[in-house]
Amino acid sequence: MSQVTNILLCGVGGQGVLLASEVLALVAAEEKAEVKQTEVHGVAQRGGSVVSHLRFGDKVYSPTVRTGTGDILVAFERLEAVRYGHYVKPGGLMLINDVEVMPGQIGDYKPYPSGIIEFLGNKGFALQSIPATAKAKELGNPRVSSLIILGALSAHLDLSAKAWEAVIKRRIPAKLLDVNLKAFQAGVEIGKSMAQAAAAGA
Amino acid sequence: MTLPSPGQRILMAGNNAIAQGAYEAGVYFASGYPGTPSTEVLEIISQYSDIRAQWGANEKVAFDEAMGVAMSGKRALCSMKYVGLNVAADSFMVFPFAGTVGGFVVISADDPGMYSSQNEQDNRYFARLAQVPMIEPSDPQEAKDYLKLAFELSEQFSTPVLYRTSMRVSHSKGMVTVGERTESVSDKKFVKDVPNWVVPIFAKSLRAKLDAKIARITEFVESYPYNRIEDGSGKIGIITSGASYTYAKEIFPDAPVFKLALTYPLPKQKILDFCAQHEQVYVIEELEPFMEEQIRAWGVGNIVGKDRLPRTGEFSADVLAKAFFEEEPVTDFAGEFDIIARPPQLCPGCPHRGAYLALKKAGVLVTGDIGCYTLGALPPLGAMHTSFCMGASIGNAFGFEIGGTEKVAAVIGDSTFIHGGIPPLIDVVYNGGNTTTLILDNRTTGMTGHQEHPATGLTLKGQEAPRLDLVGLVKAIGVEHVQVADPFNQKEMYASVKEALDHNGPSVIITNRPCIFARGEKTRPKTPYVINEDKCTQCGACQRIGCPGVLPGEQPRIDEVTCTGCSLCAQACKFDAIGLKGDA
Repeated sequence: MSQVTNILLCGVGGQGVLLASEVLALVAAEEKAEVKQTEVHGVAQRGGSVVSHLRFGDKVYSPTVRTGTGDILVAFERLEAVRYGHYVKPGGLMLINDVEVMPGQIGDYKPYPSGIIEFLGNKGFALQSIPATAKAKELGNPRVSSLIILGALSAHLDLSAKAWEAVIKRRIPAKLLDVNLKAFQAGVEIGKSMAQAAAAGA
Repeated sequence: MTLPSPGQRILMAGNNAIAQGAYEAGVYFASGYPGTPSTEVLEIISQYSDIRAQWGANEKVAFDEAMGVAMSGKRALCSMKYVGLNVAADSFMVFPFAGTVGGFVVISADDPGMYSSQNEQDNRYFARLAQVPMIEPSDPQEAKDYLKLAFELSEQFSTPVLYRTSMRVSHSKGMVTVGERTESVSDKKFVKDVPNWVVPIFAKSLRAKLDAKIARITEFVESYPYNRIEDGSGKIGIITSGASYTYAKEIFPDAPVFKLALTYPLPKQKILDFCAQHEQVYVIEELEPFMEEQIRAWGVGNIVGKDRLPRTGEFSADVLAKAFFEEEPVTDFAGEFDIIARPPQLCPGCPHRGAYLALKKAGVLVTGDIGCYTLGALPPLGAMHTSFCMGASIGNAFGFEIGGTEKVAAVIGDSTFIHGGIPPLIDVVYNGGNTTTLILDNRTTGMTGHQEHPATGLTLKGQEAPRLDLVGLVKAIGVEHVQVADPFNQKEMYASVKEALDHNGPSVIITNRPCIFARGEKTRPKTPYVINEDKCTQCGACQRIGCPGVLPGEQPRIDEVTCTGCSLCAQACKFDAIGLKGDA
């Protein structure tokens, strides 16, 4: 079978997961023969768990990724990385935004779980922590963290910088374009330094 | 909207592709009622200026309008979620007796897995029940292309066509090559012909005509080119359609596949031949054994279907791998790690919360309806006790009352009330009920993503329309005790509920705060509330109102970003510890 790249993006409703998957799907559409993208969620509302499946390559049939076959999982929130971790192939890559969003709870109160990174590391996944929320604050707009995350992801995909730029320019409103392009570039730098660190470590 | 240029290959969701297909097919009129996963079809069609598009008050009304347009000779479509077809079924079952003049396509979006639905229902049976041909796309490109086929079929045989999509087809994006619009050139006009169009009087002869028509279509489908056989190798053949096709191709990439576009009526001889050519044939279809039962009834013995595949839930490549190769999917990590859920809750600032807090305090039995407000059934609110389908709340409440329950209230949203709540309210008045009805008027169709309706004063295309006066309507029905109440004022809201329940005779309360997402509604407060931790006794009363903006934990805190300043938490606090930011 022809090579298909399987990517999952997950997070909490309102974090920009859907915008990011739309941008990624459009970039892939610029350069790949086929792209399929779909979201899996229950009743959608603010604060709920969101996961988007994205597959691209020469020929793609199913829009959903099989469990244990994801090449990359991009988690906009730490707990969501565990929730959808089983979709990632053994030793696969997880990019995890360094942020915790406390779940709204009904019934008995549970504190936010600790030890997520250790747990996933022990499972054998390759982990990269992305300080996107902190970096976005530094850039003066907390809403651009999804573009920072995409920038970091771009370091791991064979999609050209030209295509990324073209789609971001097309998709992001003019008055927010500058800061979003900056955010994407900051993400690219983070992704590059992470990849170098990982290579040096190996 | 800027139209994509013909020949362009662009990324589109299935529902967008259906809308583009409607444009290209020269559709003149489109109607529907919002319902996941179908809603976007009409929302996107409304952006094409060549198509007149409108929301109906409910699916039956939308259907009847589209039917009228089609009878007048123009191409019309009607779009709804699968349960919507239950509402429109009366017309859907009878229209085929007469047939159509212009092309008429009914889009029904199923929801295998019930991601956003109250039941799991395979609407393919509706095609067989009504003797209406059915087309099923499997991806966005087909979603666009097949819609044109559906209109051609409809006009060729003067029949409505059921266009059955599912959540995964409607809500997946894929590459679509777009084409240009071809204006429908049908010169057929409605001709007054009582024996054809006045169905009840001439039903017997029309019934025979319908049988003859479906026989002709059955013959026609034997050579329908869009039911295609994809060659392959091996002894096992696959028969499939819709989203199931995409999973089958992942799991059996080399097998010969009979991929059906037109799944009712089935091409009997072609299927018999296909089955005869293979040692074993897997019939891969989501939900019910719709094709399988028919094929088995023809005496075919070498097929495998629901004896291995589940008949409930959504399919995936994992589901097929488990069914055919006993390959277990990778299980989630919940067994090894405490993955706290993110349960659905009413949004911070949702006006429904105030209505439920008052109902809970009143300790009344609440019959509910379909909408965001169904979440009021969950803890900590727990103030709704039944919910089934659109418009059931009021009739159910009246029934409980007749059955001996003393204090009962129906809760229904504004759009749902217009959809199916008016006849039961008439019934309460007519048959001497005492039922209390709360119309939670948040000035939008919330759950499906904020669509307009007659009481918002805007149309699908965003144009101003006469705003339905709910108070006047309810009074005209004959309800004498009608109150408009502010759900953000707990004293007032509770007093209204108490008064309505004590009233001897039917009563209605209409709440008056908009959804936090309602278009053009700028009345909501904006300053967030904060907790003064010196005054706070950590009693947890503010957390028991079930607002995601009041964060969990021993020391409650308010999330300033999501707090809309509705003040319900402050009203719940007995220690005056919650105040507006800046005041506290």
